[in-house]
Amino acid sequence: MPKIPDSIVPAPLRKPAKPGQAGAAKGQAPQDLKTSPPERQTDVQRLGDQAKEAPAEVLAWVDQRTGASGFLTGMLFRKVPKGTNWFYTLGSATLFAFIVQAVTGVFLAMFYTPSATQAYASISHINNEVPLGALVHGMHKWGSSVMVILIFLHMGRTFFFGAYKYPRELNWVIGVVLLILTMTMAFTGYLLPFDQRSFWASIVGININGTGPVVGPYLSDFLRAGPELGATTLSRFYAIHMLLVPGAIIALIGAHMYLVVKLGTTAPPWVRGEKPKVASPVSQLDAGAERNGSGNGASPHS
Amino acid sequence: MADDADKKNGADGAPRQERVKPDVPGYFEGESMTRRKVFTVASQAIGGLAGAAIILPAVGFAVAPIFHRGKERWEAVGPTGDFVEDTYRQVVFTETEGIGDAGKTTAYIRRGSTDFDEDPNSFVAVSNRCAHLGCPVRFVEAAGNFICPCHGGVYDFQGKVLGGPPVRPLDHFQTRVQGGQVEVGPRYSVTSQLEPVRARDPGEFTGGIWEYLYPPRPSTFPPP
Repeated sequence: MPKIPDSIVPAPLRKPAKPGQAGAAKGQAPQDLKTSPPERQTDVQRLGDQAKEAPAEVLAWVDQRTGASGFLTGMLFRKVPKGTNWFYTLGSATLFAFIVQAVTGVFLAMFYTPSATQAYASISHINNEVPLGALVHGMHKWGSSVMVILIFLHMGRTFFFGAYKYPRELNWVIGVVLLILTMTMAFTGYLLPFDQRSFWASIVGININGTGPVVGPYLSDFLRAGPELGATTLSRFYAIHMLLVPGAIIALIGAHMYLVVKLGTTAPPWVRGEKPKVASPVSQLDAGAERNGSGNGASPHS
Repeated sequence: MADDADKKNGADGAPRQERVKPDVPGYFEGESMTRRKVFTVASQAIGGLAGAAIILPAVGFAVAPIFHRGKERWEAVGPTGDFVEDTYRQVVFTETEGIGDAGKTTAYIRRGSTDFDEDPNSFVAVSNRCAHLGCPVRFVEAAGNFICPCHGGVYDFQGKVLGGPPVRPLDHFQTRVQGGQVEVGPRYSVTSQLEPVRARDPGEFTGGIWEYLYPPRPSTFPPP
């Protein structure tokens, strides 16, 4: 990655220097400053310098009013354990898949009609007549499968690396809720094209929900908004698909990522903890006691 | 600090004599709730009421369809002479209005047969909705069976389960004759002995204890 010149990054956002490097340049004027005074700048040079400083000043203006730099440096330059590898990108990949779904979904909503009699025609219109409509619809359709696959891989990584253990149990619980919400998105989105496959798959899915004892029949009625799949079923699925669940997913992704940043990530299970380089005080004391107590045999630590 | 003020008013273990009495008008010995606490509780209660006033109607709006039963609907599907007792005739009629073809359903109709102790002047309308998960079954004339394409459910001539995953016989529709026309009405489910019960969704058992584990829904019509 090319290094961003420090001149355009405001001081609080700059990557903190490593210990031992910081003091070298600080507090010493450059050599040439002592010998020759700076030349007088022309107006063009001064304007150029101001233009160079402008982005930094804008960032500094925002930072002064939000205090965001402390949060950002803490988040962007946080320590990760030794052994962090490509498996650790699955969560970000799932997030990216969600963003793709959100963006393409917004544009599909511009053309889609959530009505039982017009839904299929509007999807045909998107696929056959809207410029790039088939591409955006295809991204949304296949992207949903990609997101489901990635979220399962991410969960598998978390499970097999033991990353669900203390103190990250709550993040596992949030992740499971996100998995359920993702499956809800996949289920409710499936009906929306309202073709034969959508229709019958949704009927089967709703009936599977209905097989739960006692509450199942009412859950089915709730999903269908009535005893049969009817006019309001589609708009109900549409509202759940594009308003209710995405809001919950966004909120929970925020909580999920907050906990990741706060708690840090785990090392892979095959990375062994390093032994401390300096012997601990207790062992030093023990060694000393052994040496000293060789005469009388009375050790204070025995 | 609000918390300090609240804490000092409670039992904090400090001897009663040492406590400095607040010099405010209206204070009396044994006061259990400060003015601050009253306002805190009151504002939270009002906030809760305002929240409930928004949430409860919205939730009610979402769950209301569970308790709503639509209008009973009857549709003529053909003259009585069209139907015989030894085989079914397929009819398509509208079960749900307002959604075009998606609201249509298929029934197989025959005249009542004395072989099954049925009234020869009645008509039997068997729904094509599989009792497993709701796929459309087809009546196969040569076998005399109903067969489901999805998971291999098989039903006999009366709609009783012969094999596969279905949990109960095929649903029926109420029938009546009006002006020489056979009319089909609301759906109802049957037990394994073909006794009518309120309509259940596919996948739900009927009869015995299952009537309680899969309770009847208010959105369906009573059985005939």
